[in-house]
Amino acid sequence: MKNRWIALYVENQVGVLAKVSGLFSGKAYNLQSLTVGTTEDETVSRMTICVTSDDITFEQIKKQLNRMVEVIKVIDLTDMPIHMKEILFAKVKGCSVADKAELFQIAQVFHVEVSDIGTDSVLLECKMTERRNNELVDLLRSKFRNIEIVRGGAVAIESISTSCGGRAEYFRK
Amino acid sequence: MEQIQYKKVEVNVMAMDITGRKLFVKALLEEGVDTVFAYPGGMVTDILDELYKHEEIELVLPRHEQGLIHEAEGYAKASGKVGVCIVTSGPGATNIITGLADAHYDNIPLVCITGQVPRNLIGNDAFQEVDIVGMTRSITKYGVTVQDRKELGKILKMAFHIAKTGKPGPVLIDLPKDIQTGLGPALYPESVSIRGYKPNESVHVGQLKKGYKLLKSAKKPLFLIGGGVNIARANAKMLQLVEQTKVPVVTTVMGKGAIPTNHPYYIGNSGMHGKYAANIAVGQCDVLFSIGTRFNDRITGDLNEFAPNAQIVHVDIDTAAISRNVVVDVPIVADANLALEKLLEWAEPQETEGWLEQIREWDKESPLEMRRDKGMTPQMIMEHINSQFSEGIIVTDVGQHQMWAAQYIELDGNKQFITSGGLGTMGFGFPAAIGAKIACPEKPVVCISGDGGMQMNLQEFATAMAQGANVIVCVLNNYYLGMVRQMQQLFYGKRYKATCLRRRKGCPNDCKGPGASCPPYEPDFVKLAESYGACGMRVEKEEEIGPAFEKAKAMDTPVLIEFMVATEEIVLPMVKGGNPMTEMILK
Repeated sequence: MKNRWIALYVENQVGVLAKVSGLFSGKAYNLQSLTVGTTEDETVSRMTICVTSDDITFEQIKKQLNRMVEVIKVIDLTDMPIHMKEILFAKVKGCSVADKAELFQIAQVFHVEVSDIGTDSVLLECKMTERRNNELVDLLRSKFRNIEIVRGGAVAIESISTSCGGRAEYFRK
Repeated sequence: MEQIQYKKVEVNVMAMDITGRKLFVKALLEEGVDTVFAYPGGMVTDILDELYKHEEIELVLPRHEQGLIHEAEGYAKASGKVGVCIVTSGPGATNIITGLADAHYDNIPLVCITGQVPRNLIGNDAFQEVDIVGMTRSITKYGVTVQDRKELGKILKMAFHIAKTGKPGPVLIDLPKDIQTGLGPALYPESVSIRGYKPNESVHVGQLKKGYKLLKSAKKPLFLIGGGVNIARANAKMLQLVEQTKVPVVTTVMGKGAIPTNHPYYIGNSGMHGKYAANIAVGQCDVLFSIGTRFNDRITGDLNEFAPNAQIVHVDIDTAAISRNVVVDVPIVADANLALEKLLEWAEPQETEGWLEQIREWDKESPLEMRRDKGMTPQMIMEHINSQFSEGIIVTDVGQHQMWAAQYIELDGNKQFITSGGLGTMGFGFPAAIGAKIACPEKPVVCISGDGGMQMNLQEFATAMAQGANVIVCVLNNYYLGMVRQMQQLFYGKRYKATCLRRRKGCPNDCKGPGASCPPYEPDFVKLAESYGACGMRVEKEEEIGPAFEKAKAMDTPVLIEFMVATEEIVLPMVKGGNPMTEMILK
């Protein structure tokens, strides 16, 4: 069992998202995240899907997606060099002055932006890989009591440069 | 009402524009549809009014929408054409859901039109509004609500194209009332290109060659043939391949009839209620060459023990069916027809005499046979059907009788076998037989049903009468929902909960079987048939079977023959669900 990534081109129509997500629930596939948005062609949407599965199930998932009339193309990103980012907002409330200072330090090390601040709260805006975002969330949870997290799921695109070809992990950091 | 709507859209109206309902009927005519199965309701009245002007399209009015869609399935199976269903919104639409799932499983091409409330009411919980597309997403090949009158022509073309190409299946088009009455382009496109839907129309020759080489190298080769060969209507080619290679054949229930059942190389069905020799052959073969089957659990049993000695070649039109249940050695994505055509170019005779002899030995060891000392056996009835009908269509319902039919009915090129295989839908048989008869009025159509399944779509007697669909319905009455009772008998200590159809309030909970004090059976099938103006007969003795069929064949109405079969008869052999196929209960 491991995490796998799919980019999915679909018709930009009513019901397609329901159909794709319904496949995962109906066949008990383990969906981790699914994001969707229109592409350069407004009749086409692109989804980035993360699933946890074994090899055989993953093959089946790709085939099942492929046979849907509304699915135009399935790209398996699992072993490809890709750029992948997830947007995440973390609001930390009830901060002391020391807390705020620590949050600024954390932001600096994680290369995330402090995008808003109040008398006792700080808002972090993070565009990192899901894994890095997870690490940040874990850290915030261990240090602060009153936090609010909202995250958008990852989007991914194939890399352009080939110098890092095969080192897929580099782009995922 | 119409006038007001007309005024609303007047500014955009082109001289050549027509209403959606007109375009719909135009589409039917262009697609060569001569029969539709329709049940009225508020949201399809416009379509029906349009069909009123077209007597050349036969409209079949069923008595329930579930009957309707099974009739369309039987029609599509028997005719090879797309079955067209028209039902109204809400309950009309939800009543066809079982049939959609059935058609989806067994790959029957249907185009189902559901009326829908006008677009401005969708989402308002309007009267008879349901999200039928949402409800049926996982049991249709494609489904869509028409949102724009301009798109209607394209969508209808897509519907027929998707339903009948590739792996066939049901398509649902949800048609809001205002789209039916709205004006728009008159064009019905001749063809349609869908970027996400390119059914496989070729065969990978390299892979197929690899598969054939494997078959040729085998000492104990075996063909496992599924419904795909029947759907592709590739039976003649299949037969030729078998004769050219001399490789023996087992089939699934859906694949039955792929080659004539009396052919010397045909062993029988494999699977849960398959023939002993067929299941042992699958267990012993060294190459299993399968075409058009998805290796359903009823065929494989315990996956770890399935064909343990064999390398497996798998030809299927659906990539998703390959290496899903059984991991195969040579996967080949292809239409059965194309694959067989190619295989015939290479096929050479193989040395299989010894292997065949071995299989025949197994068959002698444990042949398919019922004890004749328990009264009228289902086997007798099947044998009479075999001898009475040299051609025609045999349709079954679901249950014990279905398995007996699958075991004992003989098929050759002149006979077709229609059954609900994947979904196992009780209530399928009778309406499907009516649909088959409507498609092929010149052929005898025999429906084999149980007393349970028959009661699930009884009302269709009226449809059969109205259409002059003179089917011969054989109801094997054993007073029980036999297939489940059989499980209770074998695995649940004869605790017959909810399976006795004579049971009344006050019957003892621990009843172990029928006795003299049992209440009478209801309904009286003979009187019931007669109440519709059809012919009803009851057969209680073996010697009455033949004459009953003779009489039925001479009748000019639908006929129901109720056969009072031995009540506790069970389907054998049987493999308990999840067990290896070679572990059969034989007695």
